[in-house]
Amino acid sequence: MKIIVSVKQVPARDSSLRVDAQGKWLEEADLTYEMNEPDAYALEEALQLKEKLGGEVVVLCAGPQRAAQTIREALAKGADRAIHIEWEERAAPDALTTAQLLANAVKPESPDFILTGLQSDDLGYGQTGVVLAELLGFAHATIVMEVEPQGDAVRVKRELEDGWFQHVSLPLPVVLTIQSGIKKLRYATLMGIKKAKTKEVKTIPASQLGIDLNSGLVMERIYLPTRSKKTQIFSGEPKQAAHQLVEKLKFEARVI
Amino acid sequence: MSVLVVLEQRGGKWNRTSFEALAAGQKIGQALATPVTAAVLGSNIDSLATEAAAFDIQKVFAIDDAALEQYTPDGYAAALEQLIQASTPKVVVFPHTYQVRDYAPKLATRFRKSLVSDVVDLKTVSGGLSYVRQLFQGKLNADIPAEGDLQFVSIQAGAFRAAEPASATNPIEQFRVKLDPSAIRSKPEAPYREAQRSVDLGAAPVIVSVGRGIKEKENLPVVEALANALGAELAASRPICDNGWLPMERQVGSSGQTVSPKVYFAVGISGAIQHLVGMKGSKTVVAINKDENAPIFETADYGIVGDLFEVVPALVEEIQKTKA
Ligand SMILES: Cc1cc2nc3c(=O)[nH]c(=O)nc-3n(C[C@H](O)[C@H](O)[C@H](O)COP(=O)(O)OP(=O)(O)OC[C@H]3O[C@@H](n4cnc5c(N)ncnc54)[C@H](O)[C@@H]3O)c2cc1C
Repeated sequence: MKIIVSVKQVPARDSSLRVDAQGKWLEEADLTYEMNEPDAYALEEALQLKEKLGGEVVVLCAGPQRAAQTIREALAKGADRAIHIEWEERAAPDALTTAQLLANAVKPESPDFILTGLQSDDLGYGQTGVVLAELLGFAHATIVMEVEPQGDAVRVKRELEDGWFQHVSLPLPVVLTIQSGIKKLRYATLMGIKKAKTKEVKTIPASQLGIDLNSGLVMERIYLPTRSKKTQIFSGEPKQAAHQLVEKLKFEARVI
Repeated sequence: MSVLVVLEQRGGKWNRTSFEALAAGQKIGQALATPVTAAVLGSNIDSLATEAAAFDIQKVFAIDDAALEQYTPDGYAAALEQLIQASTPKVVVFPHTYQVRDYAPKLATRFRKSLVSDVVDLKTVSGGLSYVRQLFQGKLNADIPAEGDLQFVSIQAGAFRAAEPASATNPIEQFRVKLDPSAIRSKPEAPYREAQRSVDLGAAPVIVSVGRGIKEKENLPVVEALANALGAELAASRPICDNGWLPMERQVGSSGQTVSPKVYFAVGISGAIQHLVGMKGSKTVVAINKDENAPIFETADYGIVGDLFEVVPALVEEIQKTKA
C-alpha cells in the first residue's frame, strides 16, 4: 500500500500572535513553528496503517523552506520519504490553491491512501483534504476516528455532532481527514532521527506545478477581534483577584 | 442572481443552525439587493419543504430523491451542483456543520471556488461586502471581500440569531436531479451513540471545567480542590479527555455534553468554538487564563488573567474563608 500523509507546518500553539504592519499576516519574527496537531495524528494513523498493511508512507508538505524541519520530524517518526512543495510567496493561501498544488504533486504517485488532519490550527479552513479528494477523483471521509482497511476498501468511524458516530465504507483510493486525539502519538527515537537524515526528500518548486498561485480568496485584513461583551476582569495579585471574584460569586451570582 | 441557503436535515429533523445560516443569507441578500432562496435535500421531505416555505424567502427548492435518503458527499455534491447550475445563485450559504464540512468544499471545487468557511460576521467596508472568519481558533479575525460571480460561504453556529418563520406560504419548486446511485461511493451505516453516560453534567448547578492549561494529569488535584470547595462537577475540554486524564463523559462541547449550569468555571481553556457551543448557555461564566487575548474572555462574565496554578489555590482559600 502506498500511503501519503499530507502535513502542514503552523505557528506553535503558544506563539504570541502579533499582526504585521500591513494587517496581512503575522510578525514572523515572533513565531516558532510546529507540525499542525491534527496532521500529527494523521501521521500516526498512516504509520500504523503501514505497520498493518506494509508498503510505504510518503510525507507531503507544501510550505517555505522552514517546513523542512516538520518534514524531518515526520521522517524521524518513521515515514519513508517526503515530497516538499517549496513555496515562499503567500503566507495564507486558500484551501483550493493549496489542494491544487498537493494534487499535482501526488498524481504521479498513485497512492492508495491519503491521510491528513481535519483542519489546520492556523487558517482553519478545514477543507484541504476534501478538495484534494475531489481534484484527484478519490472518495473521501472527514472527521475520522478509526480506520479499518478491508482489501481494496476501507471502513472508517466518523464523528458526527452531539456524541453521535457513524461507520462508512469507501473504495480505495481514498482521502481521509483525521480527528485529533484518536491515538497516542509516538516519539521519534534517536535511531529514527539519525535515519531521517538519509531519507529522500524530493523538492518541487511550487511554480513548477502549473497552478495560478495568486488567485483565490484574499484576506484583506487580519486583526484581533474587538470584544463585544463587557467581561469584568479582576487583575492584580492572585489573592486579591480571587477575593474580588468570590465577592461577586457570593453577592451577584449567589453560588457560594 | 440570488442568495441560495442550503438547509440541513437528518432523518426528517432540522439541524437548527440551518436557520442561523438563513438569517445570514437574508443579511447577505440585503447587502447585495438580491432575493433569497432556500434548498432542502433528502427523501420524502414535503413537510420540511412546507416549513421552510414559511420563512421570509422567495422560494424553496425541494430536492427529493431516494438516492438522498442517507447523506453521502457524492450524492449531495451532485444534487447541489445541478441546482446551482440551473438556478445560478451568486452566493451559496450553508450552516457550518460537520456534514457541510464533509461535502461543501467538494461542491465548491466543482466550480473552482474556495469555500469561505466558518464565517462569524458580515461587514460592509467602503460599500463592498466582506465575510469575517476566524483564524487560530478564534484568536484573530480576517476580512475576506465577497468577490466573484459565485461564492460559497458557511456560517458558524451561534454567530447569527436564527431566522423566525414569517408564516408565509412561499412557493416550493420540486427540483428534479439526475443521480446515478452507482456513482455514490461511500456506504454509510446507521449513526449510533456510544454507551449511555453515567455522568449527567446537564443537571449540575456548578461546573469546574479544565483545559490544556493544566499541562499534566498530575496537576488535576489543583482544579479538583476548586470543584470540591464549590460542590461542583468536574468537566473538561476535549484534549483532556482525549489524553485519558478524565473520562470522555466529562467532555463539554460539540462532540461532548451541552451544559447550562448557574456557574461554569473555564480553567486553562482557550475557548475554541467547539468548546463554546457546549457551555454558552451557562448563566455565569468565569474564565481563568494566562492569555488576556484568549477567546474564552469574550464569553466570560468574570475573568482572572493569570497563572491558574497561583489563581486557583487562592480562589479555593477565599471560598473556604467565606464558607467558614
Ligand atoms: C470536529 C471537532 C470537534 C471538537 N469537539 C470538541 C469538544 O466537544 N469539546 C472541546 O472542548 N473541544 C473540541 N474540539 C477541539 C477544539 O477545537 C479545541 O482544540 C479544544 O477545545 C482546545 O482545548 P483547550 O482550550 O483545553 O486547549 P488550548 O486551546 O490549548 O488552550 C489552553 C489554554 O490554557 C491557557 N493556559 C496555559 N497555561 C496556563 C496557565 N498556567 N494558567 C492559565 N491558563 C493557562 C492558554 O492560554 C490557552 O488559552 C473539537 C475540534 C474539532 C475540529
